[in-house]
Amino acid sequence: MTIKQNGNGSHPATVSATDPATLEAVRAAVLHHGASKEELIPILSEVNRTLGYLPTVSLDEISRLLRVPKSQVFSVATFYRMLSTEKLGRHVVQFCESAPCHVVGGRQVWEALQDGLNLEPGQTSSDGKWTLVTVSCLGVCGVGPVIIVDEDMYGNVTPAQITDILARYE
Amino acid sequence: MKTYRAMVLVSSDSDSISRGAQEVFERLQEEIAAFGMQDEVNLSMVGDIGRHDAIPMVIIYPEAVIYGPVRPEDVHYLVEEHLYKGRIAAGLQAPLREMSGRVAWISARKGTMPAEQRIVLERAGLIDPASIEDYIVHDGYTALGKALDEMTPAQVIDEIKKSGLKGRGGAGFPTGLKWGFVARAAGKQKYVICNADESEPGTFKDRLVLEGDPHNIIESMAIAGYAVGATEGYIYVRGEYALAQKRLSDAIDQARELGILGKGIFGSNFDFNLHIHSGAGAYICGEETALIESIEGKRGEPRARPPYPTTNGLWNMPTLVNNVETLANVAPIIRNGGDWYRKFGTPSSPGTKVYTILGNVNVTGLIEVPMGITLREVIAIYAKGMKQGKSFKLAQTGGSSGSIIPASLQDTPMDFDSFNRAGVALGSGALLICDDDTCVVDLAKTLINFFRRESCGKCTPCRVGTQRAYEILNRMCEGRGQMKDLDEILTLSENLAILSNCGLGQTAGTPLKDIITHFRAEVEAHVRLGVCPSGVCPMHERPKVTA
Repeated sequence: MTIKQNGNGSHPATVSATDPATLEAVRAAVLHHGASKEELIPILSEVNRTLGYLPTVSLDEISRLLRVPKSQVFSVATFYRMLSTEKLGRHVVQFCESAPCHVVGGRQVWEALQDGLNLEPGQTSSDGKWTLVTVSCLGVCGVGPVIIVDEDMYGNVTPAQITDILARYE
Repeated sequence: MKTYRAMVLVSSDSDSISRGAQEVFERLQEEIAAFGMQDEVNLSMVGDIGRHDAIPMVIIYPEAVIYGPVRPEDVHYLVEEHLYKGRIAAGLQAPLREMSGRVAWISARKGTMPAEQRIVLERAGLIDPASIEDYIVHDGYTALGKALDEMTPAQVIDEIKKSGLKGRGGAGFPTGLKWGFVARAAGKQKYVICNADESEPGTFKDRLVLEGDPHNIIESMAIAGYAVGATEGYIYVRGEYALAQKRLSDAIDQARELGILGKGIFGSNFDFNLHIHSGAGAYICGEETALIESIEGKRGEPRARPPYPTTNGLWNMPTLVNNVETLANVAPIIRNGGDWYRKFGTPSSPGTKVYTILGNVNVTGLIEVPMGITLREVIAIYAKGMKQGKSFKLAQTGGSSGSIIPASLQDTPMDFDSFNRAGVALGSGALLICDDDTCVVDLAKTLINFFRRESCGKCTPCRVGTQRAYEILNRMCEGRGQMKDLDEILTLSENLAILSNCGLGQTAGTPLKDIITHFRAEVEAHVRLGVCPSGVCPMHERPKVTA
């Protein structure tokens, strides 16, 4: 996924510095895990779960509370796939592109997904409804091809089912 | 112990739960109570049953009848027919022709199929993973008790050495030797880490152990801690395994309550604590030094080795890192002895191996069989042959970092030594079996794309090499390959193996080398003739890039 720096205030991912929900989420996570450097990843994961992504403000606040340089917080936040520094769509579709899914028909499912959503990998639709990402193995290879929409996992997916699956989400 | 007339097991792997296993379980509770049979029938959620075509699955003992997929609305009928009236609930039985894993094992006991040999997954699917009592009733924590009461740490390590257990994460390093290194290393504090960052494509054996038998890992880690002198343990579970994390965390709480974890375990002077660390989505964190960096709250970038974690690991202290499957063998070995373990498998690779069977075969799933079984046997016996009667072309073993094995090598015994001699890698136990509709260039492209994405970017040979290899293979698939690309692929493969810092880069080039070694004609057809013999590659440029 591409990462954009939030250099100016007009970027959609930038939340105003006084956004109370963001700061509250950060403080709750730090309180839960403890303000220590080794808890950085659990804290980032929890904030990411609460807010759906990691706004710049949240990274700054984590840096302040944990006394870890901002550069290091940012470098960790952008390293792991399950953390996102960009606002994602209301629904995130993850497609497994690893070999076990690929050889049992994953390629055709991927084409159907791209057609259904009209998105390239890593893109979010302009109405903010969908984000499409490709991921590596999800560990449910016995039922490939596999896609995950938000928290729901679909196995043995065929291209014909894609329209039906996508229609379940508002 | 109370005896029951019947035992009802509900599959509860994440797959089944996503299809309503929880609801089926609750309905079963209600219906059994409604018929007043709650004292006669034991109902449990069990882990993965090893079969995914008819889930959620319900198995009723003693008849061992397999029902599936069971919907919540079927439950009333099922309970009334089978448990109340005592006859098979017609129409709900799972199709019999496709059997694997636990189900295969069950029917093997009825004399219809060759048995698996289960050590690692002995209890998975048979006990309730959420109950420590159930684990204890099934010999649980006796090995830890034996180690603490009757054995010195050195004797524990000797027993593991005697068993000949080798690391099951892929590299096959002798486990006893590693334990010895950590035990001998100097350090005020030592750590034991269970590597449950199972991200190798096609591998989900560790998930089934964690979901189906979490106490086994806790027990084995405590034994390891006792043997090497560690009082703190970490289980690094990949972020995607939410159910496994929950099961482990509940199991740790239960063990703490009973005094099996904590201070002075079983009245000895041995203290041991366990922590769970959740990954956040990075394949590289399966590499042990990257995993350690990640626990320390940093980017998961591998360290330079040596020094090895056995002397300079977590927080620079001596650290033992073992894979889930390796650890799952520890408690059985201590309970039954190293000589017992040597009865299984081959002399150089004793014990069993858990394989995940995937791809174009009739039955996918998971088996645990003695080391040394051949691919031909796996395909014929456990996978029930190739799909639609097609022919076997190649197998990709051990996830992405394994080898591409042509049909000509399918009679090589699958153990560490025989595979090394044949120049292929066993890896983590994933067996991706492909038929002749698979194109090797397309497959290699998919594999290298995985490495390209998952490379952490720290060292140049891996970061750039995987990208270059991907570009070349992509060119070939689009009919723009040149003959010199074949040489370039081999050079890249060699450079990746020699120059990369860690195992990711070192093995990334294996599929490249393999397709040239075993399938050169097919690769050349892409380049010289502009034809993909399997009809998979588009052989022309596509308007949009689907990287």
